[in-house]
Amino acid sequence: MRNVTVYITLKQGVLDPQGKAIQESLNSLGYDEVKDARVGKYLELQVEDGPNLEERVKVMCDKLLANPVIEDYRFDVEEAVRS
Amino acid sequence: MLQAYEISPEEIERTKIYQEMGLSDQEFQAIERILGRLPNFTETGIFSVMWSEHCSYKTSKPLLKKFPTKAPHVLQGPGEGAGIIDIGDNQAVVFKIESHNHPSAVEPYQGAATGVGGIIRDVFSMGARPIALMNSLRFGNLTNERVKYLFSEVVNGIAGYGNCVGVPTVGGEVQFDESYEDNPLVNAMCIGLINHDEIQKGIASGIGNTVLYAGAPTGRDGIHGATFASDDLAEDSDKDRPAVQVGDPFMEKLLIEACLEVIHSDALVGMQDMGAAGLTSSASEMASKAGTGMEMDLDSVPQREQNMNAYELMLSESQERMLMVVKKGREQEIIDVFEKYGLQAVAVGQVVEEKFFRIKQHGEVQAEIPVDALAEEAPVYHMPSVEARYFQEFQSLETEIPYVENHADMLKRLLQQPTIASKEWVYDQYDSMVQTNTIVTPGSDAAVLRVKGTDKALAITTDCNSRYIYLDPETGGKIAVAEAARNLVCSGARPLGLTDGLNFGNPTNPEVFWQMEKSIEGMRAACTALGTPVISGNVSLYNQSKGKAIFPTPIVGMVGLHESVEHITPSHFQQAGDCIYVIGETKAEFAGSELQNITEGTYRGKAPAIDLEVEATRQQQLLEAIQRGLVSSAHDVAEGGLAVALAESVFNGKGLGIDVEVQGDRTVALFSETQSRFLVSVKPEHSVAFEELVTDAVPIGMVTEDDRLSLKASGTRVIEEKVEDLRKLWKGAIPCLLKSEA
Amino acid sequence: MKFAVIVFPGSNCDRDMYHAVKEVLGEEAELVWYENSNLADYDGILLPGGFSYGDYLRSGAVAATSTVIQQVVEHAAKGKPVLGVCNGFQVLTEAGLLPGALMRNEKLSFMCHQEDIVVDNNQTMFTTNYLQGEVVRFPIAHGEGNYFCDEETLANLKTNNQIVFTYKDNPNGSVANIAGIINKEGNVLGMMPHPERAVESLLGSDDGVKLFQSIIQNWREAYDVASV
Repeated sequence: MRNVTVYITLKQGVLDPQGKAIQESLNSLGYDEVKDARVGKYLELQVEDGPNLEERVKVMCDKLLANPVIEDYRFDVEEAVRS
Repeated sequence: MLQAYEISPEEIERTKIYQEMGLSDQEFQAIERILGRLPNFTETGIFSVMWSEHCSYKTSKPLLKKFPTKAPHVLQGPGEGAGIIDIGDNQAVVFKIESHNHPSAVEPYQGAATGVGGIIRDVFSMGARPIALMNSLRFGNLTNERVKYLFSEVVNGIAGYGNCVGVPTVGGEVQFDESYEDNPLVNAMCIGLINHDEIQKGIASGIGNTVLYAGAPTGRDGIHGATFASDDLAEDSDKDRPAVQVGDPFMEKLLIEACLEVIHSDALVGMQDMGAAGLTSSASEMASKAGTGMEMDLDSVPQREQNMNAYELMLSESQERMLMVVKKGREQEIIDVFEKYGLQAVAVGQVVEEKFFRIKQHGEVQAEIPVDALAEEAPVYHMPSVEARYFQEFQSLETEIPYVENHADMLKRLLQQPTIASKEWVYDQYDSMVQTNTIVTPGSDAAVLRVKGTDKALAITTDCNSRYIYLDPETGGKIAVAEAARNLVCSGARPLGLTDGLNFGNPTNPEVFWQMEKSIEGMRAACTALGTPVISGNVSLYNQSKGKAIFPTPIVGMVGLHESVEHITPSHFQQAGDCIYVIGETKAEFAGSELQNITEGTYRGKAPAIDLEVEATRQQQLLEAIQRGLVSSAHDVAEGGLAVALAESVFNGKGLGIDVEVQGDRTVALFSETQSRFLVSVKPEHSVAFEELVTDAVPIGMVTEDDRLSLKASGTRVIEEKVEDLRKLWKGAIPCLLKSEA
Repeated sequence: MKFAVIVFPGSNCDRDMYHAVKEVLGEEAELVWYENSNLADYDGILLPGGFSYGDYLRSGAVAATSTVIQQVVEHAAKGKPVLGVCNGFQVLTEAGLLPGALMRNEKLSFMCHQEDIVVDNNQTMFTTNYLQGEVVRFPIAHGEGNYFCDEETLANLKTNNQIVFTYKDNPNGSVANIAGIINKEGNVLGMMPHPERAVESLLGSDDGVKLFQSIIQNWREAYDVASV
């Protein structure tokens, strides 16, 4: 079993009003050092090991997990820790 | 705290751990008597939730009995998931209000969302399609940062759940007062529509029939939610977060469709929502109502987490779950329907003759309790009641007319008071139109929904001015019911009945109990006078924090019927040239008023008086005038008095204005909150007939086409403002407060 | 003309769409559950609003992967009309039948009220009964109706006259005030405002009637007359 973590973020250039609201709130709390905030999604998948695993995860992202019109993604594959 | 699942009955008794679950020493002894032995840990937990105020109404029961609950058109009174009222043509309206105050104080988004989810389940578990949601909200002052957060997140949570589940949120009210600062009130009301022959009840009849569990799997969420709701909100209640449930409106939507499909099967015997106290209350109540017993095997219960013990499974308040009783041998028909919607439905037990509630897990009996001991034999307390110390003092105060220097400026201030200001910021976030029945959208006295396929419409409102109830619980209780009926009548509907959301402080405080007793007495009198029985309701006690109770807030959710959509009457003025009338005389009554709030920053004195006979007569006359087509618009005169009601009547963006002259003291005429008054506009050709019919109507001016609000008092011009300027202040007040930093 | 209203788990404007077409317009319509459906028998496909699959992940994303959507693609390829409203529009963009994406409203919150909508193209099979530039009242009810596409796509939409509806006062931050777009072939329309909520004056507006009448009349002209 592998742990796959997928990070989905809005593409550069796509307006992120949620991120902007978070940045403004942090600034209003006195954290003036925060100059930008972008909001994304983080997914954890448990995937059975197999051939072309990375390739298959990439297709999953293209087909469903991310919308290429507005989102970018990256992912990490790790050996799952057996409990 | 409660990790000691393994602890023995003797240890439970010795360490008094039952107290942590909310049971008193006497109650624990009663349990021992009922069982003839000491209860084990699971049994102690089961008793503690079933005997909590939330499930048993142990302190409020003697008071609730006073309400009139019967009438020829009442098909189902209190006691089931929701009450039912006949509206003719084999149709009936199903409704109930429920509080989710404590969860919302701790986790406002989920607290409010699951409150909405729970009340929707109460309605569709009766077999009714939910057609509308309302909510009645109370918060502290919007100048406080925490209050702003609670307010925004509660609204967000209601929107998040209601919009997704596809039931329109058509109205409600929001009021702000310091007494709710740490203890906001979130009361949600759901209205459903049903055909008489589709009414379901939560009963477990038929020995040998199968108990079916449907919906979301059970997790550890919300354990002891019912007990949590029956205790003072401690200062460290942030630590109680795990007790707050998380809602899944998508699952609920599927559950609605599946449940409304299975009610057409004669394989279904009974159905009940797993609400407060989860599997425990739904199962034991269904058996108790049917006079049967129930056996359940917890190993069959779908579980979201591993290694859950009997105590956790029985007390979990995981959302979106239903319990059904199905004819033996026909389970698969029902299971198939749920599977179509991607939902689990599994047999978890059976109805037995012996009136015991028996829970097994891992092949062992984990609990064995006489059914009636949980539901029917819960303790009932007659709490001591003592007149609140402030009451006589308030009663003895002489009426004072507050000093107002500039009435135009005061009107502007009143329009910006959050309780009066436009709530568009709130209701724009709610899908108020899905299901395409909403004729009158939020922002009027009452919401109005058509009944598809008929000429009928339903009017719905929620109301409660708790300031009056605080000053004088009995009078205030009467006003709460009367005002709700007033709102419906203004919309052209005949009031049918109501659901009550009773929110009070700690009932062990005799002064709080006195507030409960008196306000219910007042409500009872008004219900009788206005012919509106109480068909369902909810009690939320212990609403206090830092030792101070909230203002007593028995919220009235009332439903009315338009015999024809022709009778639907707007609350705004419609046409220039129409005559404006006030029905009812105005006296100097400022105690509990918005004006007193501004000028004194507190509430004191005698609440406005109300004569229920006068109220009933005026409502009947106005309704008749509306039904005869004599009325162009009608609006009740409430918070802020006549001046505010006049301004609100031209805030519909039609570019209309008013030219009005009032008599007597200008502060009294414009800002007093005297009850039983209506602001009505009438076409000139109808004025003679209207005046003949409505005996207390006094003409005060006319609707103009010049977008100006022009008010004279005894010949002197008092207010002369552009309507658009006033509307901007009124509309912008809440968004402005939310943006500003403390 | 026979319409299919596709019902996904979590659709909640399906009955409203059905009511508008069947009860108000008096046309044939059926609610079609997304599983085991056969769209071959229907002339027009209506994708209703709601929160299909809870709108989890992204609005319309999960519904767009369903097999019924493959059938919608085939149906559209034959030139038959497909209308997606609100969540239906989101599904159409996620399925690639329409360009762009619908993002969270600029002000972040859900909004529900009547909006003034401009008919920017009255030459489509959905809009011939409107005047060019006509302003109509439709309710909006969405949290994610902020239409986004890159500049190249926007230029193409303009060149091909694919922008059918725009907001008079942009409520949600949509690029070029876009409220509804059509595919290049002119038979797949996606829009955020709800024409099916605007078919009876009792509920505030009946400006949506003309949209459904346009579909029905154009279909009759193209098929019924030919078949006689």
